Amino acid sequence: MKKILSVVLMLAMVLSTCFVLASCGTDENAKATGDTQTAGENTGSGEKLSVDPDFKVGFIFLHDENSTYDKNFMDAAKAAQEAVGLSDSQVLFKSNVPEGNECYEAAAELADAGCDLVFADSFGHEPFIMQAAEEFEDVQFYHATGVNAHTAGIENFHNAFASIYEGRYLAGIAAGMKLNEMIEKGDITADEAKIGYVGAFNYAEVVSGFTSFFLGARSVCESATMEVVYTNSWFDIALEKEAANKLMDDKCVLISQHADSEGAPKACEERGVPNVAYNISTMSMAPTTALISSKINWAPYMQMIIEAAVKGEKVAADTCYTMKEDAVQILGLNEAVAAEGTAEALEEAKAKLLSGEIKVFDTSKFTVNGEHLTEYMADVVSDPNFEPDTNVISDGCFRESEERSAPYFDIKYIDGITEK
Amino acid sequence: MAANKKKHEPFIHITKRDAIVWWKAWLIRIAAVIIALLVCAIVVVALTGYNPIKVYASMIDGTFGSSRKVWNTLQSTAILLCISLAVTPAFKMKFWNIGAEGQVLMGALASAACMFYAGDRFPTPILILIMAIASIVSGMIWALIPAFFKAKWNTNETLFTLMMNYVAIQFVSFAIMVWVPNGSMTMGVINRASKIGWFPEIFGQKYLFNIIIVVLLTVAMFVYLKFSKHGYEIAVVGESENTARYIGINVKHVIIRTMMFSGALCGVAGLLLVAGTNHTITTSTAGGNGFTAIMVSWLAKFNPIIMMLTSFLIVFLQRGAGQIATTLRLNQSISDILTGIILFFIIGCEFFVNYKINFSFGKKITEAEKIEEAAK
Repeated sequence: MKKILSVVLMLAMVLSTCFVLASCGTDENAKATGDTQTAGENTGSGEKLSVDPDFKVGFIFLHDENSTYDKNFMDAAKAAQEAVGLSDSQVLFKSNVPEGNECYEAAAELADAGCDLVFADSFGHEPFIMQAAEEFEDVQFYHATGVNAHTAGIENFHNAFASIYEGRYLAGIAAGMKLNEMIEKGDITADEAKIGYVGAFNYAEVVSGFTSFFLGARSVCESATMEVVYTNSWFDIALEKEAANKLMDDKCVLISQHADSEGAPKACEERGVPNVAYNISTMSMAPTTALISSKINWAPYMQMIIEAAVKGEKVAADTCYTMKEDAVQILGLNEAVAAEGTAEALEEAKAKLLSGEIKVFDTSKFTVNGEHLTEYMADVVSDPNFEPDTNVISDGCFRESEERSAPYFDIKYIDGITEK
Repeated sequence: MAANKKKHEPFIHITKRDAIVWWKAWLIRIAAVIIALLVCAIVVVALTGYNPIKVYASMIDGTFGSSRKVWNTLQSTAILLCISLAVTPAFKMKFWNIGAEGQVLMGALASAACMFYAGDRFPTPILILIMAIASIVSGMIWALIPAFFKAKWNTNETLFTLMMNYVAIQFVSFAIMVWVPNGSMTMGVINRASKIGWFPEIFGQKYLFNIIIVVLLTVAMFVYLKFSKHGYEIAVVGESENTARYIGINVKHVIIRTMMFSGALCGVAGLLLVAGTNHTITTSTAGGNGFTAIMVSWLAKFNPIIMMLTSFLIVFLQRGAGQIATTLRLNQSISDILTGIILFFIIGCEFFVNYKINFSFGKKITEAEKIEEAAK
C-alpha cells in the first residue's frame, strides 16, 4: 500500500512540476518579447544596410536575463540586431559563460561558427577575449568594461564603456531632492540626510559610480553624507539585501546600489526607504520606494560596431559613448516617490551636462581630506601592480573616461563618503 | 469459514528481483532513455513550440559540431571523470564525501599559487612537478580533516565535508583579493605571455595532456578497486563496518587512508584545471563538478570504466544545453529542465532493474490459494 501511495505521490509531483514549469515558461516568454519591443523603440535608425546573409555576430554573457546587468546587454543586442536588420540565426547568444577558459572556448566556437564580430560583456572575460583575438585575426572582438585594448596593440580587440557617471549624477540629483523633501517635511534633520550605498567590489568602476551619484545628491542637498558597504560579488540576492538592511539599521534614509540583483530594492520596499537603482527600472518590484534608475544603453555602440563590421570599417580600440549618443539614460522616474519638480530639474541638469556647463567631477565641488585636488595620478595603463601612471586632473576637473573608456576614478574617499 | 475469507490482492505489488539478465537490464535502461527523450520532446513543444528534433540536433551539434567542440567535450569529460574517480573510493566505502568541490578548489589554489609566486624561478617541467605535489597535498589535507574527525570522534562527514567547501571558496576569494587587490575578483590568465607552469601541447592539442592523465588514472583506479588489497578493504568497510572489524580490518585506518587518496585525486583535478585548462583561478573553478561527480560515480555503480560513459553523458547534456540556448535563443534553464528529466528517468529506471512490478487484474484469491502459492 505504501508503495502504491508513493507511486501516486511521485506522479502527482511530476505532473505538478510540469504545470509549474509550463506556466513559468510562458510567463518568461511573454516578458522577453515585451522587453524586446521597448528596447527596439529606443533605437530608431534610418535606412537599413544590405547585409551578407553569411554575416554573423556573437555575444557572450556572464549570466542570463535573470541578472539585470546581462539583461541590459541582451536587450541592447536585440535592439541593435533589429536596427541593423539581422535575423536571429545571424546573432548568436552564449549566456552563462564564466570568467575562465570557458570564455575563450565560447569565443572560439563563435568564431568557428562564422561570426565576424564577437562581443563579451563582463570585466573578467577580457584576458580570454584577448587570447581569442590573437588567434582569430579576421574576427573583430569587443569587450565591454575592459581596460587593456588602448595599450595592448591587438588590431582586432576593442574595449568600450559609457560615461555612466553622468547618469549616476542625474540619479543623484533626484536622490538629493528627495532628501531635501524629507528635511522640509521634518522627517529628518539636515544632518540626518545619510545615503546608504551597496557596492559590489571596491575598485574604480564602483567607486566612480557612487562618487558621481553622491556628487549629484550633494549638488542639491549640501548636508548629504554617504555610507558604502561592499558585497564582493556582482550578483548575490541575500548579501545585497543584508547589506541594504545593515545600512538602513545605521539610519541611512535612502539607498542606492551597484550590484546586479533585486536584493537591495526589495529590502528597501519592505522598509519603505526610497531606492535608486541601476541597469533596470525597479518600479514593478518596488512600486512605493523605487525612485529612479540610471543605465548604460549599449544599443547605439553595438549598432555602430555591427555596421562597421558589415562595411569593413575600423573601430577605435577604446570607445566611450556618452549622453550625446544616448548611451547613458535615466529611466523609471517614479512620480509617487520623487520630490516635486524632479523631472524638470533633471531636464535642466541634463542640458547643462550636455553643454558642458556643469561637470560631474568638478574639483571645486569636492574635497579629499579637506583639500581640493589639483593633481591626481590614476592607474590608466593597466599593469599587475596597479601603479598610478597618468595625471587625470586638468582645468579644475577630474577627466573621467577620457584617457580610457573604463572608469579610473578610484579616490577612496572624497569627504562625505565613508566605508562601513 | 474464516480460512476461506476472500481477500483483495493489491492491484500492484512489488517484488525484489533476485538477479536480472544483463541484456534485460540494458533493455530497461535504453527504454528509460527513449521515454525520457519522448517526455523531453513533449515538454519542449509545450513550453517553446520548437520542433524537438531540432532541439536534439542542436544538442548533438553542441557536442560534436566541430573538432574544437569535440576537444572541448573530451576535456570537460576528462575533468568530470577525474573528480568522479576521486570521490569513488570514498563513496564505495559509504563515506559521504560531499566535499570534492572544496578539495578540487584547494588543489587548484595550490597550483595557482605556485604559478603566481614561483613562475619566474623554475623552468616549466620542475614547476609543474612542484605544482603537482602542492595540489595533491592540498587536496589531501582538505579531505584528511573531515576524515580524521570522522575516525576519531565519529562526526557527521556529510555536513563536515560540505562546509569545508565553503571554507575553500573563502580561501580562494581571500587569495585572489591578496593577489589582485584592485579589481572585481578576477585573476586574469596567470603567466599569459611566458606560459610558465602551463601543460605542454601534445600534437598541437592543448587538452590532450589532461585527457591522457585521466585515462591513465581511470585504468589505475579500476585496477586499484578491483584487484588490490586496499580495494577489497574499501568494499568490505562499505558493506559492513562490523564485518570489516571482525575480519581484522582497521576501519579507522582505512577511512583515513581512503579519504586522503580521494582528496589527492581531487587535488590532481585541481592541477589539471589550472595548469591544463584555465590557467587562472576563480571561486567557481570547480564549477559544481564536485557535486556532479557524485552522480557520475553512482550512475556507474562505482565502476571506473563505466564512469567514462556516464561522465560523457553528463557532459553531453551540459554542452547540448548550452548549444540549445545559443541556436534557439532560449534561456539555458530549458536545457536544465531537459537534463533533469533525462537524469530522472535514468536514475529512476534502476528501480525497475532491481524490482519487479506484478499486476493482478481484478483477480481475487482466497487465503487458501495464497498459502498454496506460497508453498510453491
